[in-house]
Amino acid sequence: MAREDYEVVIGLEVHAELSTKTKIFCSCPTSFGAAPNTHICPICTAMPGTLPVLNEKVVEYAVRAGLATECTISQDSKNDRKNYFYPDLPKAYQISQYDKPLCEHGKIEIDASTGRKTIGITRIHIEEDAGKLNHDEFGRGSLVDLNRAGVPLIEIVSEPDLRSSEEVDLYLRKLKSILEYIEVSDCKMQEGSLRADVNVSIRKKGATEYGTRTEMKNMNSFRSITRAIEYEIDRQVDVIDNGGEVEQETLRWDEVSGKTFSMRDKEDAQDYRYFPDPDLVAIKLSDEYIENIRKSLPELPESRKQRYLTEYHLSEKDANIITSSKYLSDLFEEASKICNNPKAVNNWIISDISRILNETEMDPVEIPFDSKQLAKLVMLIDKGTISSSIAKKVLVEMFEHPRDPEDIIDEKGWVQISDEGAIKEVVMKVLENNPQSVADYKAGKEKALGYLVGQAMKETRGKANPQMLNQMFKEELK
Amino acid sequence: MDITELTVHELQEKLKNKELTSSEITKAYVDRINEKEKDVQAFVTTLTDEALEQAKKIDEEIKTGEAKGDFAGIPIGIKDNICTKGVKTTCSSKMLENFVSPYDATVVEKINSEKMINLGKLNMDEFAMGGSTEYSYFKKTRNPWNLNKVPGGSSGGSAAAVASRMVPWALGSDTGGSIRQPSSFCGVVGLKPTYGLVSRYGLVAFASSLDQIGPITKDVYDSAMLLNIITGHDERDTTSSNQEKIDYTKCLKNDVKGLKIGVPKEFFGEGINEEVKEALEKAIETYKELGAEVEEFSLDIAKYSLATYYIIACAEASSNLGRFDGIRYGYRAKEFKDLKDLYRKSRSQGFGPEVKRRIILGTYVLSSGYYDAYYKKAQQVRTLVMNEFNKAFQKYDVLLTPTSPTVAFDIGSKSNNPLEMYLADICTVSVNIGGLPGISIPCGVDKENMPIGMQLIGNKFQEGTILNAAYTFEQKTKFRENHEPSFRKGEE
Repeated sequence: MAREDYEVVIGLEVHAELSTKTKIFCSCPTSFGAAPNTHICPICTAMPGTLPVLNEKVVEYAVRAGLATECTISQDSKNDRKNYFYPDLPKAYQISQYDKPLCEHGKIEIDASTGRKTIGITRIHIEEDAGKLNHDEFGRGSLVDLNRAGVPLIEIVSEPDLRSSEEVDLYLRKLKSILEYIEVSDCKMQEGSLRADVNVSIRKKGATEYGTRTEMKNMNSFRSITRAIEYEIDRQVDVIDNGGEVEQETLRWDEVSGKTFSMRDKEDAQDYRYFPDPDLVAIKLSDEYIENIRKSLPELPESRKQRYLTEYHLSEKDANIITSSKYLSDLFEEASKICNNPKAVNNWIISDISRILNETEMDPVEIPFDSKQLAKLVMLIDKGTISSSIAKKVLVEMFEHPRDPEDIIDEKGWVQISDEGAIKEVVMKVLENNPQSVADYKAGKEKALGYLVGQAMKETRGKANPQMLNQMFKEELK
Repeated sequence: MDITELTVHELQEKLKNKELTSSEITKAYVDRINEKEKDVQAFVTTLTDEALEQAKKIDEEIKTGEAKGDFAGIPIGIKDNICTKGVKTTCSSKMLENFVSPYDATVVEKINSEKMINLGKLNMDEFAMGGSTEYSYFKKTRNPWNLNKVPGGSSGGSAAAVASRMVPWALGSDTGGSIRQPSSFCGVVGLKPTYGLVSRYGLVAFASSLDQIGPITKDVYDSAMLLNIITGHDERDTTSSNQEKIDYTKCLKNDVKGLKIGVPKEFFGEGINEEVKEALEKAIETYKELGAEVEEFSLDIAKYSLATYYIIACAEASSNLGRFDGIRYGYRAKEFKDLKDLYRKSRSQGFGPEVKRRIILGTYVLSSGYYDAYYKKAQQVRTLVMNEFNKAFQKYDVLLTPTSPTVAFDIGSKSNNPLEMYLADICTVSVNIGGLPGISIPCGVDKENMPIGMQLIGNKFQEGTILNAAYTFEQKTKFRENHEPSFRKGEE
């Protein structure tokens, strides 16, 4: 059968590192990139006799995430131990939540090419991250870095409502933007602070039973997730079409070969022996506590988008792109306010900025300039100090060597020539050197004017004011 | 005067009147250790030199007025599962043979801030699992009343050290009777506080929902004093309670008139030694003479306590002991071929048989397919046990039982029969299951001059009530004045 005869069923378990200052059960810092084993203490290294103390901020952040995804918040929750051995897990159990998660029954809306769709959120629970194994390049074994051990995570489990890699991509982007908006996670995928376990299965169209699923763990780029899902769908179709059966297993996606590989043998089927952690008391939340968090939630992307449609008259498509990232959205609103030209700011974000982000695979958070600097760029065009073609070059410069657009223009000598005398000089020179075009224009070929203006821009290395050039050529050629 | 015969409250008096210095006291105990430790084998680590040096320093500080506390210069012994910075904390296990904790347990911080002097770390059953201290990796501690007998366990080193006067008092830990049972076997006073009264931070976990640190002392007054020092809310232990601190010595009224004592008859049934039973009956008579109202009643649920206890304790232990994996600290097998082999060999070689037995039991009861039948069921029974105790305490102020159905048994007589060893906990475990306070005090000796212990159980946070009941009994019966350990070797 062809791939089209199958329905794809995908569910995601997304892990987001929470951006609390300290770890979930001790007061070590959570910041990324420190020298190995410098953010550790007796508690997060599981020294004998130590006890965990739950960081209240973690509960607050998880409740924020739950409320932002329309979950029901449990007022009676608890921590459980998930037992397994691995060197990155110092206690030999991860403190997580098993049968009483903090948040349940939520949803996220996505705008797929087939229309608007609701993706169910099964649950959101809190847990601790594990450390990291660094494989020693000299082959003397593995070195354990416990800086990340005890960094707080929320795990967001979706219903198996996703039907394509496109939907997965949209869902993840939406989820990421929500978490950024409510400021509970910085969602830096390259640093692993947002990662997804992807469960994929296929079934014949019309079937009611789910097929056997495979799981790809710890995926941390949109591109690999899409590629991996596409590969895995093809693989499963292939297996079934050849009379085989998909095996339930954990797979590893290999970015280089573009294939998935089996990770564990079935012998290792884990029994985590979950049980309530006796070191921690139950998590009891009052109505008032939950309501206060609800009240403190900022405007979410969906609501911002609606506002952009009416307030700024953006197109639906543009509003979607801008609100997809809190950073882009803030950049848009702040820059628009300063330069009073939202249309121009929108255009910059949608076209040039988005293009550069795509080309460099940069996350909007990493844009090296701020809203003030973008607003200045727009105002410099509006005032006629630079042309829009120069502005594009300034923008590239702002990405590469971030500084104020005025400084860039000064240094590069890119200020637009708007002096009538200077313009006239150039115009006269171009007319003199291009008699054919002059003749063409006079014979009624309007296009020739564009060529002449282009020559003048070339002559001034793009600095001449194009409106003035246009006008002056027209006058001279009358 | 033999200094080591004095109680801590007597020592305190003499320190205050300058009759004694900390150095003199410490020296007396160091001499005693040098004399008796070879027979009793109570210590894993002795700190005699360090203690003498510290005593000298504290004497100076007392002179200059820098050391002001009531307990400055008083020595103590600490069970070897309570973390002490810079001193080995072995849990009497090969796994932690050379382990030095990077931090002090909360109770140790409290002791240090009182400027008390640590004489050493005391032997125990490995990871506090056992009732005879025979499961120590290092040595078998002997009962000072008869060196052929066990001191009980798991805090056998603590109880034996107090009984043999090698320390004036000691800290133990109690998960299912590990303070009370050895105190009973060694004729000293042992108190297990209400769950949550004393911080567990720094106590190497055996069963987190049952473990409590408590005092083992020569008499009840000392027990109240040491309890005063170690209690208090600790923000590092979220299960520690927010109770307001009280002075337990003020609860010692030497008066039990009108005190309602319930005697659960199930604790006097099958398996109880006749001489123990007689001693307890005599104790009940004493209480009646003292004006208490004693009544027998049925605590039927108690018979399920032992099974419940072993399921919950082992389940928690199987998880708590996972961290001893040979990766970050502790024993690591010399040779291994891969990660799994490293785990398997380090844990196989590092843990003793009783610890392995309990890890396996605990792993089993938490396994999928068995969880509901064992662990979940045990938690439900636990709730029922608590309810029954609540009911009993609506009627009674104190419950009175034997601490153990027998006196101390011969070394080697039960160590190969785990089930029989588990039965020795039958009187004590329900107190841990209920999270209640319990105290063991001596109430007599058997024909062979082996001490018999009486357990008094109180309602949650009613340590004052049981301490007073114990104190009143002690004042009347004067056990310490009439009996003492013989250190005899017995007829082998």
